[in-house]
Amino acid sequence: MQVDEATVRRIARLARIKITDSEAQSLQKELSGILDWVKQLDEVDTKSVEPMTRVVAQDLERRPDEVTDGEIAATVVANAPVTEDNFFVVPKVVE
Amino acid sequence: MQDTTKSATNKNLIPGATGDWEIIVGLEVHAQVASKSKLFSGSSTAFGAEPNSHVSLVDAAMPGMLPVINAECVAQAVRTGLGLKAGINLKSVFDRKNYFYPDLPQGYQISQYKQPIVGEGEVEIDADGETITVGIERLHLEQDAGKSIHDQHPEYSYVDLNRSGVALMEIVSKPDLRSAKQAQAYVTKLRTILRYLGTCDGDMDKGNLRADVNVSVRKPGEPFGTRCEIKNVNSIRFIGQAVDVEARRQIDILEDGGTISQETRLFDPGRGETRSMRSKEEAHDYRYFPDPDLLPLEFTQAYVDELAQHLPELPDEKRARFMKSYGLSPYDASVLVAERENADFFEAVAKGRDGKAAANWVINELFGRLNKEGRDIADSPVSAGQLGAIVDLIAGGTISGKIAKELFEIVWTEGGYPADIVELRGMKQVTDTGAIEKAIDEIIAANPDKAEQAKLKPNLLGWFVGQVMKSSGGKANPAAVNEILRKKLGI
Repeated sequence: MQVDEATVRRIARLARIKITDSEAQSLQKELSGILDWVKQLDEVDTKSVEPMTRVVAQDLERRPDEVTDGEIAATVVANAPVTEDNFFVVPKVVE
Repeated sequence: MQDTTKSATNKNLIPGATGDWEIIVGLEVHAQVASKSKLFSGSSTAFGAEPNSHVSLVDAAMPGMLPVINAECVAQAVRTGLGLKAGINLKSVFDRKNYFYPDLPQGYQISQYKQPIVGEGEVEIDADGETITVGIERLHLEQDAGKSIHDQHPEYSYVDLNRSGVALMEIVSKPDLRSAKQAQAYVTKLRTILRYLGTCDGDMDKGNLRADVNVSVRKPGEPFGTRCEIKNVNSIRFIGQAVDVEARRQIDILEDGGTISQETRLFDPGRGETRSMRSKEEAHDYRYFPDPDLLPLEFTQAYVDELAQHLPELPDEKRARFMKSYGLSPYDASVLVAERENADFFEAVAKGRDGKAAANWVINELFGRLNKEGRDIADSPVSAGQLGAIVDLIAGGTISGKIAKELFEIVWTEGGYPADIVELRGMKQVTDTGAIEKAIDEIIAANPDKAEQAKLKPNLLGWFVGQVMKSSGGKANPAAVNEILRKKLGI
């Protein structure tokens, strides 16, 4: 499967990854190669096979509705470049 | 998609320069799940906390943190589905909806896309003088985002993640609504159902219930037009206004030969207009995929049945029962069931009494007075017991309806036992015909000319009744007064 350069740039943009022109070209080849490799799976007939969601038989873990976490505002914002009164402070975003 | 069945009966067409137009509305309501802790973390959902205090490292999306689902949020979604008479999916899947925004620390929202927990259902609404069935497309569970505050600083936005990760139910209606009023009635009804179920408190002021409103217009009988989505409308009044102004905007564009571009818009209540929110070049591509941190959500039919068994009586059922058991009109029954607390109060008053009289006193006197003072039934100065006692005093003929209103006023302002107040303040109705006759005789004697006229003009009777009531301080039994007066005046 061929991925064109425009698609590579779009995916990069959606993922907020900055790429150079030469990177775009090499990524185009790499992604196409990956998709071709995965495409081999299409040869297997999976019509009657349920999608696999787990390797071991296990149900989704649930927890009771209790407050057991939080109240650690200083820790939450500790790594933020800018904070004020425990708010994260970010460049203005207005839509 | 074409839907001609509904437009055939649509009385809500709005006129344009080129003929009538039909409004098509569908709503996505975001209802905050009533739970103590968040959907995938153990931090609190309480409102109004200090910035970033109700935040765990899961909510802040620190590396390596894993989501663990809150069992109660699942139960609440199932209860809501049952309340919407919807199909419950025993298996559903959580997906990641990817986008970048500072108040979404994960870079994706955990939501449900192709396999939601609740499927198709319906809600009945009364609007525009008819009962309309509104289809529910689906209900899914998802995380709320944090909150960005833009007005604290000219160059920076402030981000608070207290809401981040709180469980929301997104309830998607079918495009079955045909006017602003219907859209409002739908959200009002949905809110009532959620509050009865106890699955969402419906507090719109706190943003716990908000709606994305999809509006399009078409000529009756034609296929659906292109829709615009008005995001995050947070009051029932604004939902109505947003539908009307957006429909008008679209009609004006179409009649000028333009086309509607599908986009997200924002309603500005101050200006009474909607405006474009996002530019089209940055078209959204959420790249949904199953969240690898979460297994599919599965439960048994027995689990659903158990929840169904403990559902409370819902507003439609309660309304039907009120009409049947208490002989109430559809209107009175609707007013009483709109809030569960009101319905409970009414039943406490009506128990063992005349339902219609009880409804009349609860709706007209009590609700009227509560509204006037902007109070809730919860802090009503008159209890159900006191109001019931007033109704008993009227039914037993102890006081007249007029005196009862005075009594209500006393109980409202001063409190006390209605029967004692009547006794102590001499408010009892005079049914002693001797005393009434005496008063009538005096009035006739004092007004011989009027008594003479009354024989020719029987409507003068009203004047005499008024005089007798006045002389008795409102305590004479009006039926007895009428009867004796007619006899004495020869009418």
